[in-house]
Amino acid sequence: MTLSLTQKDKSMLHGEFGEATKMAMKILVRMAEVSGAKELLDIVGAHIDSTVYIGDAGLEFAEKLASLGAKVSVPTTLNVSGLDEHHWKEWAVTPEWAKQSHRQMIAYQSMGTIPTWTCAPYQTDFKPKFGDQIAWGESNAIAFANSVIGARTERYPDLFDVCCAITGRAPAIGLHLTENRAGKILLRLKNIPLELQQSDDFYPVLGHLMGKVSLEKIPVIQGFDYLPNEDQLKALGAAGASSGGVAMFHIIGVTPEAKTFEEAFQNKQPEEIIEVTMDLLRESRKALTHTDNENLDLVVLGSPHFSIAEFKQLAPLVQGKRKHENVKFLVTSSRAMTQLAQQAGILDTLQNFGAQLTVDTCILTTPMLPKEVKYLMTNSAKFAYYSPGLLGKQITFGSLKDCVESAIAGKVIRDESLWR
Amino acid sequence: MKRIIQGKPFIEGSANGVALATNEPLSFWGGYDWQTGEIIDRRHPLSGMIAKDKILVIPFTRGSSTTTAVLLEAIRAKTAPQAIITTATDFFFALASVVADELYQMPIPLVAVNENDFTQINTGNFVGIDTDGKIIIYK
Repeated sequence: MTLSLTQKDKSMLHGEFGEATKMAMKILVRMAEVSGAKELLDIVGAHIDSTVYIGDAGLEFAEKLASLGAKVSVPTTLNVSGLDEHHWKEWAVTPEWAKQSHRQMIAYQSMGTIPTWTCAPYQTDFKPKFGDQIAWGESNAIAFANSVIGARTERYPDLFDVCCAITGRAPAIGLHLTENRAGKILLRLKNIPLELQQSDDFYPVLGHLMGKVSLEKIPVIQGFDYLPNEDQLKALGAAGASSGGVAMFHIIGVTPEAKTFEEAFQNKQPEEIIEVTMDLLRESRKALTHTDNENLDLVVLGSPHFSIAEFKQLAPLVQGKRKHENVKFLVTSSRAMTQLAQQAGILDTLQNFGAQLTVDTCILTTPMLPKEVKYLMTNSAKFAYYSPGLLGKQITFGSLKDCVESAIAGKVIRDESLWR
Repeated sequence: MKRIIQGKPFIEGSANGVALATNEPLSFWGGYDWQTGEIIDRRHPLSGMIAKDKILVIPFTRGSSTTTAVLLEAIRAKTAPQAIITTATDFFFALASVVADELYQMPIPLVAVNENDFTQINTGNFVGIDTDGKIIIYK
């Protein structure tokens, strides 16, 4: 199978659109060949995850493209950066890290991108529409775009997203194509109480399980008695994209390409059926906690970035209260959502509680946590999944309410009643 | 004992080294320390092992989009595996190798083998990879 290129693709490859476009197209074409694509397709938007500073190779890549005059050719949002420019000095971030991260931010901003600096670009004004062909990086954003919006992106890695943004093209493979968007594995909820389905901590737990059992195959969930809200679906996808490679999921009667069982599976039968029982869920919830210690140094919320709806949910829980003096309480979010929260008067409430805010980044992408912060608690499966390996921290998973109550008590408290 | 299997090279190249093998996919972000080459996902069976200069035998990547960037850092820092053997063409690994070629002329060989052959390669085996995807396993 050979890759067929249009005249314009070839012109880009031969340098007629400049050196940066040539480099991007060269990488795009090699990868299209590796993945067996027959052609490239037009995209209408991109989301660049390569903004996260990891080390100097990624920086050299960004600066090379920028120095060659790279400009994006479609509306392009930016994922989190490696630095909260406003607050980094309050934390353990070194000036050297700040300098390198800042260089990387400048490089990507210079390409004519939209500086959203968020891992939840689907909760900005630039969110795609149903059916849009897009090239997105950031695993949770990919899962949300495909599953909840019905836009179409393959699970693109860092460094590739920017090549698509510059050329406006992507390989016609994977989830761009209708036939590859069919469900493969059926997850059937079995005797899961409605009250648990309505509860926020259900979604990270179900998502973690979904990722574990389906890996890269598209799961279809059946049996909801409740219509999950946007942030619950966001938590579900982020969890599944962390523990597995879930780039798309369906929920029958909820997500746009799964109005019926037949539509979700595109009239085929599931390859595998898994009954989601309370036992399996309890096991999954347990796996998200990496310690049995009740010590607590930091409560962290906001992976993916906290939305205005989540700020509104948090506010009454902390209203008129004060966190324990030995515990830090951190919310990570985007600049845009933080501004909305400010206008709604929520930031004052949080501040009075003793909470701190980080914008543009999160604890996983900037080395902000000092050594003495050892014990974490979160309501996010993504934080729970990655913190032990990336940060070497012990972490406990709990509901939003558990997190607030633990921060007040100064030790881990979890309400087990819904999980019995 | 010597055993030969035929793989499909998705980034061509040759390598020789000791295998580090697992059935469990891995996200390199949060799973691979590019400064040392250690597997650091504490839920992964290879946790604590050093993959630097090894022939990493792993079905595919999972999770984060940042896996590619981490492998690229490792290649630049010379803490990457010498080559990676997977069960299918892995886009994330391939991109790191392609960009390492573009920036530093340092691609690493990547070969996909079928699932049956995949189980033939165990940790500690000495493995040779040819540019045509032929893999020689010395047990």
